[in-house]
Amino acid sequence: MANVPAELRYTREHEWAKVEGDRARIGITAFAQEQLGDVVFVELPKVGANVTAMKTFGVVESVKAVSDLFAPVSGEVVEVNAELPKTPELVNTDPYGRGWMLVIRMASPKDVDGLMSAADYEKLVADGGH
Amino acid sequence: MRYISNTSAQQKEMLGVIGVSSIEDLLVRIPAKARLARPLALPSAMAETDLIRHLRRLAGLNAGADDHACFLGAGSYDHAIPSPINHLISRGEFFTAYTPYQPEASQGTLRSIFEYQTMIAELTGMDVANASIYDGASSLAEATLMAHSVTGRDTLVISRGVNPLYRQVVETYVEGPGLKIKSVALGDGVTDVDALRKAVSKHSATVVIQYPNFFGSLEDVRAIADIAHEAGALLIVVADPVNLGLLTPPGASGADIVVGEGQGLGVPMSFGGPNLGVFAAKQELVRRMPGRLVGATVDVDGQRGFVLTLQTREQHIRREKATSNICTNVALCALMATIYVSILGKRGLRKVGELSTAKAHYAARELTKIPGVRLRFTAPFFKEFTLRLPKSPERVIKRLMKDRLLAGVPLKGFDRAYKDCLLVAVTEKRTKDEIDAYAAALAAAVA
Amino acid sequence: MHVAKPAYDKVIFELSSPGRFAYSLPESDVPDSDPAALLPKEHLRASAADLPEVSEVDVIRHYSRLSQMNYGVDTHFYPLGSCTMKYNPKINEDMARLGGFAWLHPLAPEAASQGALQLMWELARDLAEISGMDEVSLQPAAGAQGELAGVLMIRAYHLARGERRHTVLIPDSAHGTNPASTALAGFSVVELKSEANGDVDLVDLERHLDEDVAAFMITQPNTLGLFESRIHQITEMCHAKGVQVYMDGANLNAILGITRPGDLGFDVCHFNLHKTFTTPHGGGGPGSGPVGIKAHLAPFLPTPVVVKRDDVFALDWNRPQSIGKLQAFWGNFGMLVRAYAYIRTMGPDGLRSVSENAVLNANYILKRLEGDYDRSAPGPCMHECVLSARRQKKLGVSAMDIAKRLLDLGFYAPSTYFPLIVEEALMIEPTETESKETLDQFCDAMIQIAREAETDPHTIHEAPVTTPVRRLDQTLAARQPILRWRPTK
Repeated sequence: MANVPAELRYTREHEWAKVEGDRARIGITAFAQEQLGDVVFVELPKVGANVTAMKTFGVVESVKAVSDLFAPVSGEVVEVNAELPKTPELVNTDPYGRGWMLVIRMASPKDVDGLMSAADYEKLVADGGH
Repeated sequence: MRYISNTSAQQKEMLGVIGVSSIEDLLVRIPAKARLARPLALPSAMAETDLIRHLRRLAGLNAGADDHACFLGAGSYDHAIPSPINHLISRGEFFTAYTPYQPEASQGTLRSIFEYQTMIAELTGMDVANASIYDGASSLAEATLMAHSVTGRDTLVISRGVNPLYRQVVETYVEGPGLKIKSVALGDGVTDVDALRKAVSKHSATVVIQYPNFFGSLEDVRAIADIAHEAGALLIVVADPVNLGLLTPPGASGADIVVGEGQGLGVPMSFGGPNLGVFAAKQELVRRMPGRLVGATVDVDGQRGFVLTLQTREQHIRREKATSNICTNVALCALMATIYVSILGKRGLRKVGELSTAKAHYAARELTKIPGVRLRFTAPFFKEFTLRLPKSPERVIKRLMKDRLLAGVPLKGFDRAYKDCLLVAVTEKRTKDEIDAYAAALAAAVA
Repeated sequence: MHVAKPAYDKVIFELSSPGRFAYSLPESDVPDSDPAALLPKEHLRASAADLPEVSEVDVIRHYSRLSQMNYGVDTHFYPLGSCTMKYNPKINEDMARLGGFAWLHPLAPEAASQGALQLMWELARDLAEISGMDEVSLQPAAGAQGELAGVLMIRAYHLARGERRHTVLIPDSAHGTNPASTALAGFSVVELKSEANGDVDLVDLERHLDEDVAAFMITQPNTLGLFESRIHQITEMCHAKGVQVYMDGANLNAILGITRPGDLGFDVCHFNLHKTFTTPHGGGGPGSGPVGIKAHLAPFLPTPVVVKRDDVFALDWNRPQSIGKLQAFWGNFGMLVRAYAYIRTMGPDGLRSVSENAVLNANYILKRLEGDYDRSAPGPCMHECVLSARRQKKLGVSAMDIAKRLLDLGFYAPSTYFPLIVEEALMIEPTETESKETLDQFCDAMIQIAREAETDPHTIHEAPVTTPVRRLDQTLAARQPILRWRPTK
């Protein structure tokens, strides 16, 4: 049963974005963490770095795979989840909550319009995730 | 054919089970025009006794260190190889196993690599070491790529004290990524620190030095580390781990990555290969390290066990985004080194260094008593030094061969500026008698 | 039921006793031996490295016990696909240890290294003949380095013709070193879809072939163990666009004396001496990865090149267009001696017999197992076969589970999860040195596991139980890496 919160927006690469005013909180979806298996490490940019929509901003590493992380929106990184270095498993256990990765101050809030709705993302997952 | 067990009767049986009449039927997908129409033009099969005779003859044409006094260095050294090593690594379970993909059936290899990683980390003074790269040169090349990846910068500042052959390998490896190399000249046999300061900039990914350097001289690692770090560059030190039983480990002097040739740790010289590429780094760089890493863990019963870990960075998973393309390491050579370090141990490895440097200094003193023969540099040296000869080094070498002396490496081929120089290495294996014979022969040769 | 057997669980450091030693070094026979008097203080280690202090008996016993915790070809059937785990002849070991080989310094005068240089020159010529290539460099230290050398030579070739091409085409069935080596050489990798049986998708290839493609890199036979029969067409398509074709020679054991990469249109191929040519796998190396080329790439060979002038062998450094060096010295000579000894032992008929029997053995396994496991492709295979544990996966038993159960039944497991294009892949390469009895025992075990998957999957999930350790926690090892021993206070 797909776990796809309705209030979030999604990318084709299985990141989610939660709009919080002029900021967006980012993470990866339940489907993504399930595909990856046990997450062992997350490589994230530093606060102050700039990210570009649909370009990679980091890497999530599991025992069997390493996946690029794609920024849903462009902007400046204002917060990075300090819990992830010590407890990367939060990405598995609570991908939409404590497993969040970045908060970005959006350069252009219109970027959000280009993201998928929960319904569309659900369909993507049902079709196999590609 | 003694390596093929199945007789023609068994082959027939198998063909019957498969349901074909001949092996040819299994090769149907190969188009006729691709088929080789003749036997391979190779010498016919040799019986074992003939093969031995043939290879003994070829081996006999070579001046090995088993019957010549070897004063050759420059990246390969005639250090003593304790007798147990060959016996242990010849155990079939060690040398006929492969990469530990099924760790439960490979704990012997995995455990010994874990020990190896520990020993290299200890010797180099670094936090973590990998399971080995191919040789010192490719290890250095991988380290420069890593420095580029970590810093995002594209220039490598390399001292002319680094082995020129290593530098050539780096040049080959950085061709693809398009990195630039800036050279730093030497002053009296060690890196010119003022020149280095000028060469380093915000584009420098790394400063690379060798310790002791190619000419045998001891560099000021700490001072160079400071210059590198001030500019935000990593310091890579190329070091021979055998020496680090006595010498200050580069890790203690500020190195970020230590690479080098581990051949001196019990691996035969074997005309230059296989070798043992040592690679060690600081903790924060561990996930960017190329090559295999063995880690400790537990099994389902809570028992300690060892596995290949952090594999997702490697080629078989990450493919074109891998930290490197390396697949095999040199596990058997790493095992030789592990056993070597176990045998030499805490005190023995220090003693190898003490004997090497004592004999090297004795040799330098004796040889420079000969008129016209001088040390090329005044910088302190360890087990290797550069001599300036009044006659052509190549001719001297040829003459000393008659006395079964491998006198040293002539430096003209590396740098014409040193065309009158000979690089002489002295390990713990050289006796006073050998050194005295060398001095006598050299005196006659340059008279 | 797990039979508790106390496994040997020591690391050499744990056997240390202060003052114990295993070395034998003479006292210094030269005057003034105190290092403190010879070297400036800052260069002397402040404290000794924390290394083991053990006796020779400790060393022998410890490493002997460790060896007993390994499976090797000498003790077990080792059907790792694409690794060619064939028997490693012991005469090769003796020959590599001859004093004039093992004790030879790489910078000994060339006049005093003629035997070594001759061996290298002859081996290069033999490998060229075996592969149908014009010249061979013995320098690369392993297959991955051979690939890098090959791709760099192709790059140099295009640049010398005034062309800067940016991409290399690689099928999705390729070994990971192919795209990794290509990326290292500065190219972008374009992945081509393979057909289900691993064949090249000619339409996809045609669509991608243009003048920005430097090379097409494939394995022949492919990684599903099948010979790509349209290979001439493929190499012609590539050459028409100026694209060089590279062959990954990992599967050479299938075609010795039968066909040759050079005759199929390949411009470059590399060899894995530790696969086809019996140099021992050593627990993960050292390998040796010579690379063979057609004449048009000769100017770009790594330096130095071993040449013969009249009757004298030499190292030729005068190669202005060379791609440079892959290792400091001339190649893994110790492994070259072993490969040379093997080729001389086998002779041309012997080598052909190797491939014929390798193909026979793999097809025998395929036939015996096709009732219980899904084939990955129809038709006969070459020297290896790829099965899919798809059926078993539906019952909750994965390829990995099957691998673990095989360890208990006395076999090293085949390769799993490669090639990527086959679901729950099991890649089995028996090699020619295995007997029918061994193949039958292996097949019986695989069939037994297929039955257990239906009736008693618990046994499979519990496996292995007879090995020194059971299934290991990979997640823990990756989350909290412990990469060196530390004393417990």
